[in-house]
Order: sequence, then structure tokens, then C-alpha cells
Amino acid sequence: MKPPAPQIPAPVWSEFKDLQEWEKLHQERPEGDKASGLVESLFDTIEHFPGGWLAVTSTEKLFNWARKSSIWPVTFGLACCAIEMMATFASRFDVERFGMVTWASPRHSDLMIVSGTVTIKMAPMLKRIYDQMPDPKWVISMGSCANSGGPFRHGYHVVKGVDRVVPVDVYVPGCPPTPESLMFGILKLQDQVAAFQKTRKRAQPALHSD
Amino acid sequence: MTPDRAISLIQERFGLQAAGEGRSLTVEQLPVERWEEFFGFAKETLGCRFFSFLTAVDWKEQGLEVVCRVENLDAGVGILAKCRLGADPRCPTLTRLYRGADWMERECYDMFGVRFDGHPDLRRILLAQDWEGHPLRKDYAVDTPHAPYR
Repeated sequence: MKPPAPQIPAPVWSEFKDLQEWEKLHQERPEGDKASGLVESLFDTIEHFPGGWLAVTSTEKLFNWARKSSIWPVTFGLACCAIEMMATFASRFDVERFGMVTWASPRHSDLMIVSGTVTIKMAPMLKRIYDQMPDPKWVISMGSCANSGGPFRHGYHVVKGVDRVVPVDVYVPGCPPTPESLMFGILKLQDQVAAFQKTRKRAQPALHSD
Repeated sequence: MTPDRAISLIQERFGLQAAGEGRSLTVEQLPVERWEEFFGFAKETLGCRFFSFLTAVDWKEQGLEVVCRVENLDAGVGILAKCRLGADPRCPTLTRLYRGADWMERECYDMFGVRFDGHPDLRRILLAQDWEGHPLRKDYAVDTPHAPYR
């Protein structure tokens, strides 16, 4: 019997042209920036008018209220934590009352819930989804595996914490976290979104104040 | 085909004592030159047409050992064959006999670095193509540097 010919070509990194272009674009952008430069400079100009800070802070409050009341997470799950995430989105726990709708496109989403183990082979795809999301965007790292590698930390194939690939805003511990813990994490994220500031620096933790 | 009949046939042809309890037989220390011949014999004569699995064991200084199990589902007889490899881990392929051996041998190559001679498409199956080393070997340290996350 003649052995079958290979059917599936191997994924070769050098063939992903669009990913490489994304990477180049990413390197040109300033670090840690979550809003486009134009909006930032506009807000900055208004703020420096006499009494302008009133307008800036009140519009920011309004914007943040809108942002935090309609956080749309990308629909994707990586491992067993995704089961708990699905339970959170389903009718018993029902995060729709927080204004969350799982959306099947990263282009329209604000939040990425990394629910599960990220392997080294999966990391480029995860980064790709994150890069496709429009600013401002947030990331919840759900479960021990996404936080630190969890039980697989000493394995050869697992990313030791998803924060080595994308910036994380809220870490939810647990293996897997119950829907209640994930909901607590989502509420924490909403608090964070309510304090989101485009122009001035974020409030620094007390430890680091001079 | 009964287990006793299979034991006597293996003894007759290969001179190896197949140990085993019940319907599961184990053939140890099969010479690597007769690896493919043994499975051809198991498939044609003993009727083991079901390829169960193929993997390897790292015995450190004593080298790698390839383990493969085939089964005769009609008679309920299973044969587990083991074969020690030398310093250069090379082994004949079983893809000419069992199509299911294709991916198993690719995985074995991926994890243990056993090269299967005559395999139609021997490349990594689970890890990325630019991965260095074979992680299930005992001498693969946990902190071995890997390719960047990108």
C-alpha cells in the first residue's frame, strides 16, 4: 500500500505576512497607549483652556459610563475555564444585565477574557485577536493557567502567564473560577473603566507616590 | 487465533517468548531490523489489523524504546511490541502497513526525536515547526529556551 500524501501544510511563520505587518505597526506605536493620539491631543487642548477641565472631566465621565455599561467581550474560549465563562454568559448568571453581549468579532469588542491555558503555539493567535480589537480595550485573565501558567507552569509548552503576551487589567484567580468570581472580576473591571482617563496619568498606587 | 497459538507462532518465527496474561501479549527486545517484519507478520498471520498506538520511552543511558500495540479485534488478542534503539534513534516506519501509524510516528518524532525511516512526511505535528529539541526526552530541561511568543 502506498502511504498517503500529506494533506495539511505546516504553518510557517514567515508566510503570515499580515501578522508581520501588524507587529511592525505595533512597534511604531507608543507604549501603554489606549486612545488615539488625535483624541488625546484634542482633550489636552480643551483641558488647558481656563475652566476647560470641567468640560473634559464631565464628558469623560459620560463616556466612561457608556463604556462600562456596554462592555462587549470577544466570544472565544481556550480551555476548561471557557465552560465557566459560558455559564456566566448564560441565563442563570446572566451578565447581560451588566450590558455585556458576547460578540463574535474582535473588531467590535472591548474586552478579551482569556479563559484557559495559553500554549506557546496559541500565543500568536491570541495576540492577533488582541491586535484586531479597537482601542480602548481591556483584558481579563481568567483562571490560574492564564494568570501564571497554573499547574502547567513547569511544562515545556505553556506561556507562564498571559501577561507575557498581552497587557492584562484584571486577574481572576481560581481553577476554574466560579461564575461568581468571574462576575466579581467583571465588576472590578467596570470600576476600572469608570476611572479610565484619556489625558492625565492614571491615579498611581500609594506605594509609588513620591 | 488464541493467545497460546499467537505465542507459539511468534516463538517459531522470531525466537522470542511473548509474555502476557489473558489476551494481552508483550514482546520485549525485538531487534530493530525485524520491526517492520514483525508487524507485517502480526497483521497478516495473527490478524492484528487494528493499530492501537505507538509511542516511545526514554530509558536514559539505555537509550530510547519504541512501543507499539496492535490488536486482533475479532479474537480479542492484543500484541504490545517493544524495541530498543541505539545511540542514533532510528526505526523503520509502519505506515506501509497501517495508515494510522502516520500521525503517531510524527508525534513520536516530535516528542522523542525518533526518526522513522521511510515515513512519507516526517515533520513536527504538535509543536511549532521552528521548535528546538524534543521535550519528552529526559535530558530536556524545563527551562530550555523556546521560540519567542511573537
